Amino acid sequence: MNHLVVLPVLIPLLAGTLLLLAGRAGKAVERGIGLTATAALLLVALVLLSRVSAGELMVYYDGNWPAPYGIVLVVDRLSALMLSLAALLALASLLYAINGDDGRGPRFHLLFQMQLLGINGAFLTGDLFNLFVFFEILLIASYALQLHGGGRARVRAALHIVVLNLVGSAIFLIAIGAIYAATGTLNLADLAVKVAAASSEQTGLLRAGGLLLLVVFALKAALMPLGFWLPPAYAAASAPAAALFAIMTKVGVYAILRVHGLVFGPDAGATASLLSPWLLPIGLLTVFIATLGVLASRELRRLLAHLVVLSAGTLILTLGLDSEAATSAALYYALNSTLVGGGLFLLADLIARERGAAQVRLDREQAVARPALLGTLFFVGAIGVAGLPPLAGFAAKLYILQIAYLHTAASWVFSVVLLSGLLVIIALSRAGSALFWRTGDTAVLEADSGLLPAAATTLLLCGTAALMLGGGTVTAFTQATAAQLADRTAYIDAVMANPVVPSLHRKGGS
Amino acid sequence: MEAMVSVLIGVMTASAVYLLLRARIFPVVLGLSLLGYAVNIFLFASGRLQLESAPLVEHGLAQLPDPLPQALVLTAIVIGFGMTAFLVVLALRAFHELGDDQVDGGDKP
Repeated sequence: MNHLVVLPVLIPLLAGTLLLLAGRAGKAVERGIGLTATAALLLVALVLLSRVSAGELMVYYDGNWPAPYGIVLVVDRLSALMLSLAALLALASLLYAINGDDGRGPRFHLLFQMQLLGINGAFLTGDLFNLFVFFEILLIASYALQLHGGGRARVRAALHIVVLNLVGSAIFLIAIGAIYAATGTLNLADLAVKVAAASSEQTGLLRAGGLLLLVVFALKAALMPLGFWLPPAYAAASAPAAALFAIMTKVGVYAILRVHGLVFGPDAGATASLLSPWLLPIGLLTVFIATLGVLASRELRRLLAHLVVLSAGTLILTLGLDSEAATSAALYYALNSTLVGGGLFLLADLIARERGAAQVRLDREQAVARPALLGTLFFVGAIGVAGLPPLAGFAAKLYILQIAYLHTAASWVFSVVLLSGLLVIIALSRAGSALFWRTGDTAVLEADSGLLPAAATTLLLCGTAALMLGGGTVTAFTQATAAQLADRTAYIDAVMANPVVPSLHRKGGS
Repeated sequence: MEAMVSVLIGVMTASAVYLLLRARIFPVVLGLSLLGYAVNIFLFASGRLQLESAPLVEHGLAQLPDPLPQALVLTAIVIGFGMTAFLVVLALRAFHELGDDQVDGGDKP
């Protein structure tokens, strides 16, 4: 058993504990602990990524309990990829935050590590109830991070999120209860076996449970009609928190891919391909509504929040095309949209700082102090997120449309995705020209931001260029990931193999 | 007994949904607590209902209860308790900052 697997959960937990103990030690210590832990996390995630890239599945049996009884953590290509993405995003957000944003509310670093704990746990776990627990951890940390900095808008948005997600948690538990009542297990690999062999009288309960899980994950992923909470919340959140939140919708999409792909996959007997009729329409609707939101936004942060919803919709739409190639395209798209989405939230805050009272309202009242730097970053980010050549957003969209071409719903996908792309370009160019061009002869405010925030923003926005340059390698990896996800038997065998691990007490002869 | 428990869960859930749809924060908190109770009993019942069985394990009894739903309910209670406490504090703060106890987002001056 390889203890490397549990480190992405343990590192934030230990760092969080240290941060609690070092409560009054001052900002420098807190920043040091937070940065060290996040950098270590990125390192561990990359090591895991290189270990599993050959196709190996790493299974960790918590407390050495055999598989269907204890909790297992599983790292496959998908988990390792998402862990690395989360760690990279977290490191950039934290680099941005240590320039002063972390001091605007109490315990920022502690909450940040707890958020990472929840996200990493959700990516690692191979147990349905454990997934619920990690969801709750990431949610309660996100409520507090949402409130970081205070103010009316943040409090109001947080109230909505908390009430909605508490209802979501109740539905999650009902789904878990229904599935447990029908199968008697919550281990995902064991569930896949039991669900495939389920008798016809259990089918109703299983279908209800599976579709309730879709409701919960759709709420987390902000899919329509359950995604209206996201734009006001992300628009109000402080920049580092909003940038980290860019991965939160992907956690919901990941859960759909993992749970429904494994348990309710095409070979799941009477409940086979439970979601196939749902994902494509939900995705199309989400993209449609989010595009309207992007067009209607009068403020840059709100526009970006609608773009986050749009990217979640595009992901679900792609997964709804229901093929191995579609999964690969969705993963490539997810990498690009997460990095660019996070980078743009940081950039919006950079712009807001330089515009003083005008903030990021899309008007011409105030010019920014560094138009060349911020304008270039905005240009790169806008191209990356709207899907124009030469950056990775274009490649991702081309990849998706190439797969949709052969699908029966091709006309729907093409018209919605291309039209939404055009409208997003219009909205972004309108925003860019309002913020950077024709700003009149307004006096420039004194810029107080140093180089570090701009560097962190650039790091994330360069991700889209790196994804384009390394496109061949990345798509080869996402294709291998999709193939691994489609091979359910390998996952089940790896988890249920239960290799005997030498126990400390075995010599006692119990 | 099955009928009684399922009616109980149904009535509690219905009342909880009614309370959740109120526009004020206090009924919403009550509704969420009630929903939590309904969900916990549902989870508990997912391990099958049994009469006169041991609480966990007892020698000489052929029928033993399923311990896993009990553990799940315990975890769910703890998490629900923490979340409700957080919501109550947040509601108080919202009342002070926003000046009303509406949860539907009406922005009154």
